[in-house]
Amino acid sequence: MIEAYELTKIFDGFEAVRNVSLTIPPGSVLAVLGPNGAGKTTTVRMLTSILEPTSGWAKIDGHSVLTEPEMVRSKVGVLTEQHGLYERMKAIEYLDFFGRIYRMSADERKKRSLQLMERFDLTFAIEKRLGDYSKGMKQKLALVRAMLHNPPVLLLDEPTSAMDPLSAKQVRDAIVELQRDEQRTFLITTHNLLEAQSLANKIAIIRSGRIIAQGSMDELARQFVGEPVMELRVAGVMNGLAKDISDMVTVTEAGRDWLRYSVAEPQVTNPALLRKIAGLGVDVVTLSPITRTLEDIYLQVVKEDEGGKKDDQR
Amino acid sequence: MATQAVSPNLSIAHLPKWRQTLSNALIITRREVRDSFRDWRIITPIIILTFGFPFVAQFLAGKFLGFVSDYGAEIVGERTIPFLLMIVGFFPISISLVIALETFVGEKERRSLEPLLSTPLTNTELYIGKTLAAMIPPLAASIGGMLVYLTSLLTGSIGWRPPLALVIQIMLLTVVQALVMVTGAVVVSSQTTSTRAANLLASFIVIPMTLLIQAESAIMFLAPDAESPNGISSLWAIIVGMIVVTVLLLRVGNAVFNREELLGRTIDEFNLKAIFSNIGKWIRAVDAKGNPARNLLHWYREGVFPAVRRLEPAAWITIGVFILTFLGGIAVGQLPQWQMHLPQGVLMTDAAGFIKPLLSVPTQSGAWMAIVGQNGGILLAALILSLFTFGTAALILTPAVYFILGYLFTQVVAAGYNPTFMLAAILTHGIIEIPVIVLAAAAALRMGAVVTKPPKGITVGQAWSMTLGDTIKIAFGLVVPGLLLAGFIEAFITPQVVVKVLGG
Repeated sequence: MIEAYELTKIFDGFEAVRNVSLTIPPGSVLAVLGPNGAGKTTTVRMLTSILEPTSGWAKIDGHSVLTEPEMVRSKVGVLTEQHGLYERMKAIEYLDFFGRIYRMSADERKKRSLQLMERFDLTFAIEKRLGDYSKGMKQKLALVRAMLHNPPVLLLDEPTSAMDPLSAKQVRDAIVELQRDEQRTFLITTHNLLEAQSLANKIAIIRSGRIIAQGSMDELARQFVGEPVMELRVAGVMNGLAKDISDMVTVTEAGRDWLRYSVAEPQVTNPALLRKIAGLGVDVVTLSPITRTLEDIYLQVVKEDEGGKKDDQR
Repeated sequence: MATQAVSPNLSIAHLPKWRQTLSNALIITRREVRDSFRDWRIITPIIILTFGFPFVAQFLAGKFLGFVSDYGAEIVGERTIPFLLMIVGFFPISISLVIALETFVGEKERRSLEPLLSTPLTNTELYIGKTLAAMIPPLAASIGGMLVYLTSLLTGSIGWRPPLALVIQIMLLTVVQALVMVTGAVVVSSQTTSTRAANLLASFIVIPMTLLIQAESAIMFLAPDAESPNGISSLWAIIVGMIVVTVLLLRVGNAVFNREELLGRTIDEFNLKAIFSNIGKWIRAVDAKGNPARNLLHWYREGVFPAVRRLEPAAWITIGVFILTFLGGIAVGQLPQWQMHLPQGVLMTDAAGFIKPLLSVPTQSGAWMAIVGQNGGILLAALILSLFTFGTAALILTPAVYFILGYLFTQVVAAGYNPTFMLAAILTHGIIEIPVIVLAAAAALRMGAVVTKPPKGITVGQAWSMTLGDTIKIAFGLVVPGLLLAGFIEAFITPQVVVKVLGG
């Protein structure tokens, strides 16, 4: 649904985005993470055909951003970094204006606007001027605008950044629902790692205009923070247990009554390991995975990238 | 929430392309106009200027007429009335500038432009929609104000009966002035990211427009054909000129009003050091990246000559205009009413006798400098004026001399003289001077015109910087040395050759 191949954008000699390649299949969510100025917004603008790539190409729903810009823009709903509402307009007028641009009929404009306003708990403010909206309401309305014409692809630049927890959950639920039930494709840029972890099928980390890591959460974790780590707690003391199981797993740390080990395939190894420990007469209290968050992965990716750059400089 | 993807069911695909463009543009226009009418800062002056100011103008006109009549100068009063009509029309359209700057740069500043840029509207639709929106309220106010003023004049105590053509002229002038101001404001606002910067740069529009209004007022007051049933001829010329400027500005506006420019360009501050450093870089540059030349030969080979090759289309246009101007001079010279009737039967050797005393080193050295100064001055003026006239000044100033030459050539032949001496007087140094002038004029034309249609894939700013680089290289690499050499030949060698040809 979204394909990009070596997208590059150079502004007056400054390389804002370099060789970004992405594939986002229909009905999936890609979260793009990266610090401010990393090239996330420029990438989104190229995918929306607002900026022309200096080199490379991209297709949205089969349409080229280079040769069919109007068609591409009719297929995407975009939530821009700044909500950019017309503050003297009422919400219903605002949505009607965008509905006209997308050539929706009057009935459809009204029906769809009311439906989405209700979905995001904004019905009470439909006749309010947008200047009177709170920051979170403005962001929700901008999201309604992006979804108004029911686009198959949604490009959302920090969709929940200004929202309270309840509103943010509404937005996340809407994304999950649209992805799951209607096979919509999402590209989301965010600084909220928990949000990215909970929503995205795939994650891309962008830094200085380059994608430095890309894959599913598991793939990234395996690649950058190693194999899954388990923690085993036993009743009493270990008495050389670490040595006894070293042929099955790699023990990384151990204490008086606990140890941690890394294992490539826990679903295969753990049952066999537990049988062995039971055979050794050791009582297991708990066996649990050590959670690796996206934050761990992100920090590790950035650290490795910095290390790589320093090596390059040398 | 389970809904199917919307297909555009108010499709306009069956309409002709221009109707589709207009239909989409009008969606923008309607919203913007409605928004403007919601802003009291815009609507209050429009109401006052439409319904209040015409009565003030009418009152002043009455007082003024009464005053000048006491001194038997009714004509002064009568000629002031159309001026006031123009002022009544001009004041509301000055608001078009405010709206245009607000509509474009204001929206950029509030970051509300990007959602609009993310829609399927084309650049042209956005541009037309916004330009119309900036123009409609003030233009309606302007025409409304003029109608109120005219009605009050026609029905009031003054009882003025203006020539219809003059009223039409003033109305047209008002419309084209609004067009020029709005299209100019679009160009200004596309290059800025804040209303403050746009307002400062708007002086580039306000100052020439104010000067133009003064010129128009003077014409209305002094024109000998002010009572003509066909209107004042010079005002028609101004209207036509303004329409040409509007078309060129619309082209520039359409070129700069693209998504890339709108999101990319910022010239909110002038950094003179950076500007001069940039110019210096382009003088030395031998490629599009700005890499400097290794030595003079490299600079000529990789910098100057490729710049000349890029000048080719402009050079052909310039050559065409020069030839046409020369032929125009010949054509005019053959019209009986324009002939000079030179004295016949003068001996060529006598003419040589006039030249000979001038052939001394101090005189010729002075002439050399004077020739270089004059040619250089004209070319510099052509370049500077080209920047403000989209290149047209280059094609007006520089070919004038060829018109005169064509004209003189005809007069010499008509008087029965052998024109060989003229060819000697022109071509001896002209072999160098004419190509140099063609190059300089073509560079000036390209410099002014590049903003109307920048090469695909680069912004107007980038195109302008690159063209400036080429122009500077051609100027220093070929034009200046060429002028010095041609001037030297013209001062020291051409007179000798002419004397020889004349038989002296």
